[in-house]
Amino acid sequence: MRRAPAQIVRSRPWAGTVSGVNRQLVHVDRVGVEERAASLGRRSIKHDAKRQGIRLAISMIDLTTLEGADTPGKVRHLCAKAVVPDPARPEVPSCAAICVYPALVPVAVEALDGCGVAVASVATGFPAGQVSLDAKLQDTRDAVAAGATEIDMVISREAYLRGDDRRVRGEIEAIKDACGDAHLKVILETAELPTLAHVRHASQLAIDAGADFIKTSTGKARTGATPATVLVMLETVRDHSWRTGRIVGVKAAGGVGTTKQALHMLVLVKETLGDEWLTAERFRIGASSLLNDLLMQYAKLESGHYGRAEDFSKE
Amino acid sequence: MTVVTGQRTPVRWDYAPAPESRGAASLRDRYDLFVGGAFVAPSDGTVVTTTNPATEEPLAEVGFAGPADVARAVDAARAAQPAWQALAPLERGKVLFRIARLIQERARELAVVETLDGGKPIKESRDFDVPAAAAHFFSYAGWADKLGHALGGREWRPRGVVGQIVPWNFPLLMAAWKLAPALATGNTAVLKPAETTPLTALLLAEICQEAGVPDGVVNIVPGAGDTGAALVRSGVDKVAFTGSTAVGKEIQRTLAGTGTGLTLELGGKSANIVFEDAAIDQSVEGIVNGIFFNQGHVCCAGSRLLVQESVAEEVTRKLWDRMQRLRVGDPMDKNTDVGAINSAEQLERIRALVEVGEAEGATRRSVACELPERGYWFTPTVFLDVAPASRIAVEEIFGPVVTVTTFRTVAEAIERANNSAYGLAAGVWTDTGAKAFEVAAQLRAGVVWQNTYNRFDPTAAFGGYKESGFGREGGPSGLLPYVVV
Amino acid sequence: MRRSLVAKTYKLYVGGRFARSESGRSDPATSADGAQLANVPRSSRKDVRDAVKAARAGAGAWAGATAYNRGQVLYRFAEALESRAEELARAGVAQRALDAGAARAELDAAIDTLVHYAGWTDKLAAVMGGINPVAAPYLSFSVPEPTGVVAVLAPDEPDLLGLVEAAAPALAAGNSVVAIVSRRWPLRPLDLGEIAAVSDVPAGVLNLVSGRLDELLEPLCGHRDVNALVDATGDAGVAEQVDRLAADTVKRVSRPDGAGSLTRLEALVEIKTAWHPVGT
Repeated sequence: MRRAPAQIVRSRPWAGTVSGVNRQLVHVDRVGVEERAASLGRRSIKHDAKRQGIRLAISMIDLTTLEGADTPGKVRHLCAKAVVPDPARPEVPSCAAICVYPALVPVAVEALDGCGVAVASVATGFPAGQVSLDAKLQDTRDAVAAGATEIDMVISREAYLRGDDRRVRGEIEAIKDACGDAHLKVILETAELPTLAHVRHASQLAIDAGADFIKTSTGKARTGATPATVLVMLETVRDHSWRTGRIVGVKAAGGVGTTKQALHMLVLVKETLGDEWLTAERFRIGASSLLNDLLMQYAKLESGHYGRAEDFSKE
Repeated sequence: MTVVTGQRTPVRWDYAPAPESRGAASLRDRYDLFVGGAFVAPSDGTVVTTTNPATEEPLAEVGFAGPADVARAVDAARAAQPAWQALAPLERGKVLFRIARLIQERARELAVVETLDGGKPIKESRDFDVPAAAAHFFSYAGWADKLGHALGGREWRPRGVVGQIVPWNFPLLMAAWKLAPALATGNTAVLKPAETTPLTALLLAEICQEAGVPDGVVNIVPGAGDTGAALVRSGVDKVAFTGSTAVGKEIQRTLAGTGTGLTLELGGKSANIVFEDAAIDQSVEGIVNGIFFNQGHVCCAGSRLLVQESVAEEVTRKLWDRMQRLRVGDPMDKNTDVGAINSAEQLERIRALVEVGEAEGATRRSVACELPERGYWFTPTVFLDVAPASRIAVEEIFGPVVTVTTFRTVAEAIERANNSAYGLAAGVWTDTGAKAFEVAAQLRAGVVWQNTYNRFDPTAAFGGYKESGFGREGGPSGLLPYVVV
Repeated sequence: MRRSLVAKTYKLYVGGRFARSESGRSDPATSADGAQLANVPRSSRKDVRDAVKAARAGAGAWAGATAYNRGQVLYRFAEALESRAEELARAGVAQRALDAGAARAELDAAIDTLVHYAGWTDKLAAVMGGINPVAAPYLSFSVPEPTGVVAVLAPDEPDLLGLVEAAAPALAAGNSVVAIVSRRWPLRPLDLGEIAAVSDVPAGVLNLVSGRLDELLEPLCGHRDVNALVDATGDAGVAEQVDRLAADTVKRVSRPDGAGSLTRLEALVEIKTAWHPVGT
C-alpha cells in the first residue's frame, strides 16, 4: 500500500515572502557596455605611452598566489619579485601589494618589512564563502592580527542570488568592522552574477556597506575581470564619488594576463574617471603571470625584438 | 553669452602620437575621369587640387568633368547597358562579389585616402566606412540572381542608365550604397563624387577595372555643383541624390515632368530621446556617438537631445564629462575621436549657426583643447536650455553641435521629435520594451534606433520621411528604385 | 628509373579533421572500368555517432555567427573550389570517364552553386520572415532560424555537384551537416572536405563520411540528435526507410528533387514567432 506523502502544515503559508519591493536595479544595457569597453580596447598605446603605461600597471599589481601548494619559500620568492620585479631595470616600480592566504600572512609581513609593498590577505572562506559569519569574522581577525593591512573578502553569493541583500550588506559591515585599520576589498565574483545590472547593484551594495575597494573576482571562477564588467564598476564608483565625495577603488582580478589587457584596464580607468584615478590608491590589478608579460613587453620596447618567457623568473 | 569651456585636468598618462602610416596609400599627382572603362582627361572641364582639410595641404590634382564630359559618360553607360543587362544574373553578381573582395584587400589604402581627403578619423574610415562599403557590395551581389524573391514575383526590368550624386561625408560608402543596387539590377551608372572628396571614388574605379566590370558599366565624373546639374539634366533614366535638402528640392524641380526616376536622401535634425528609465550611461554613449561620430557630418545625426526632465541633470552632467574625453585632432592619429571639418565653407556655416545659437540665449559649452595650427576645426559643443522654436533646434548644423531640450511626458517627447520638417532618424532610450515600440511606432522618422544610434547594415533599409527625402537604401527595398515593375 | 607516386590516403572529414574510420575498415574505390583507384574508409556506426557529435558541437557557433560571416565563408569555399577546379575536373575524367567538357561544367556548376548560396545567407530573414500585423497591441515578428544538425544523403551521381547542391542550402541557413557521400564515386566528395578545411568553415559545421548506405542509413537517420534529413538519393526503397526512421523523433524530411534554392532553404529552417506589447 502506498503511503501518502507527509503533510507539511504551516500556520501561515508563504508568510513573509511577498515583500512588496522588488530589488531595484539601475538599467544597464549589455550591448552598449560591450561596445564602449571594446572601443576603448582599440586605443593605440605606443612607445613612451606604452612604457609609462607598463610601469603604471606594475605599480598597481596585487601580486597574488592562492594555491593549496603555497609554502613559505614560495611566498618569500614572490615577495622579492614584488619589491624588485626586474633586477636589470631598477626604474621599474614595486608592485602595490602581495596577496596570499591568511596562513602565509606572517611570512609575507616579515619578508616585506619596510619595503613599501602592502600585505593583502584573502579571508571569509575564500573563494566560495560558504561558511558561517563567525568563521568569516575569525578568518578576518586572524589575518589582521598577523599583520595584513588589506583584506579581500568574498560576498555571500548564496545570499545574493536568493535576493537577501540585507544579509549580504550586514556581512560586509561586520567584516569591515573586524578589519579595524586594514582596508577592505569586497569581491563580488561577477562571473556568478546574472547580469551587468547585478554587477552594478552588487557594487553599490558593497560601497554602501563600507567597502574601500570593490573587486571583480576570486580568480577561481569561469571568468574574471572582463572589460565590460570593469567598466560598469568604474561607472558605479564614479557616480558614487560625484554624489557623496567618497572615493571607492576598483580592483580587476582574474583574466588580466597580458600587457594588452592590462593597458586596456588603464584606458578604461583614464577615460571613465580621469587621470587622477590612475594610482594604486584607486585601482588595482590582481594578477600572477601578468607581471612577467609586462616585463617582457617593457624589455621589448628597449631592444625592439619580441621577447621570450625564459628571460624572466616565475618568482 | 559667455562661453563656458571645459578645463582639462592634469594628465598623468597620455597616449603618444599613434599616426597611421601614409605609406599604405601612394597617391598619384593627378587623377582623371573614369569613362568607358578608361581614365581620361576632362575635355571641357577643369583640373582642381583636392586638399587635406586637417592640414590644408594639397593631395592631388583631379580632373573635374564639364558638360561634354558628362554627356560622354552617359553615352558610355548607355552603350554598355544592354550587354550588362543581358548577362546571366549570377555573372553580374560575381562581378560585384569581386568588387567586395577587392575593397577588403585594399582596405588600408582606401581608409588612409578617405581620411586624408575628407578629414574623418582614421579609426572610423578603417573600422566603419571601408568594411561597410565592402559589405554593401557583398550583400547586393547576392541579390543579383534572386530578384524575383525581392520583387514579389513581378515582371521587372532595370531603369537603364542611372545618374548618382554622392556627398562628402562618407565618400566611398555612399558610392557603394549607390552603385551596388544599381549594378545588381542590371543598370549602368554615372556617379559624381563630391567636390571636396573625389579620391576614393576614383580608387573604386580602379577596383572596378580589376574586378572585370565591363567598360562603361561604371563611370566616375568628379566635379562641383555644375557637374551635378549637368548630370541631372543629361537624360539619364533615374537620378539618385544624397546631399542637402536645398539641392534635393532643386533637383526635384528640375526633373518635374520628365518622368525620370528619382530618390533623395537629404538632411535631418534627428531627435535622440532619453527617458528616465533608460540605461543612462549607455545612453550618454549613444548621444556622443549620435552627434560626434564623423564630426556630426551625418545626415541622420542625433543633433537634438530630448531628455526627460527628471534625469536631465544627470544626463547633461555625464554628457559634458564624456565630451571632454573626446580627442580632437589629427585624423591620421589612431587615437583621434573627432577629426577635421571637411572644408572652410562648412566650418563657416557651423560657426555662423553657433553664433545664432548664442544670440538666441542658449547656454553654450565647447570642449577646450589644443588644436593644430592649420586645418578646419570645431570642437564638440553642447547647447543647454534650448527652446524648441529656436533656429539651432530647427536648422541642420551638420557639425559637432548638439542642442538639449527637456520634456516631461512620452507624448511631449513624441510631439517635439515630430515637430520638424525633417524625418530621417530618431533615437529612443528606455529599458521598457513596450514604450520603446510604442514611441517607435509614433515617430515620423525613417530610421528609429532603440537603445543605440548610428547602426547601419546592408540588409536594413535606410531613408527618410518628409523633407529628409524619399526612397530607401539597404535591404530589398533598396532594389526598388532601380527597377521598373 | 620510374618515380613511385606517393598515393593519397582518403580520409573522413569530421570535426574539422581528417581521420580514418574507427573500425579500421576500408572499401576499394574503382574507376568506371573497374580499375582500383584508392581505398576509402568504410565508416561504422561509431563514425556516424562521432560526426553527429561534431556537428552538434559546431552548430551553436555557426548559427550564432552573423549572416554576413556565413556568406563570406561560403564565398571563400567557392573561391577555394575554383582554385582546384581544373584538378577536380581531370579527376572526374579519370575516375568516371566523363567527357572533359562535362567534367568542367560540373565544377562550374558546383562553384556557382556555392556563390549562389553565399548570397542567400543575409536574405532569408527578409524573404521568409517579417512583421505580423496582429489585431492586438503587440509587435509580433517571425524569423527563420536554423533547425540544427542536418543529415544529408548525397546522390551517387553527380558525385561532386550533387553533394554541393544537397549540403549548401543547409549551411547557408546556419545548420551544420553530416553527409554520406556518393557510394560509387566517393573520392572527389572527400576532397571537398579538404577544400572546406581551408575555407574558414568552422570545425564540425561540415562533416563528410564515406561508406555503405545499408550500414550507415540507420545510425544516421535514426540518431536522435539529428534535426532534419535531406534525402537526395532518388531511391524509393531508401525513401521509405528514411521516413520511418525520421518518425521516431519527428525529424523534418525533404527530397529536393530539382527544387529551387528557396524551396530547399525553407525545408531547413524553423520559423520562430515572438510577441511584445506596444504601449505606454
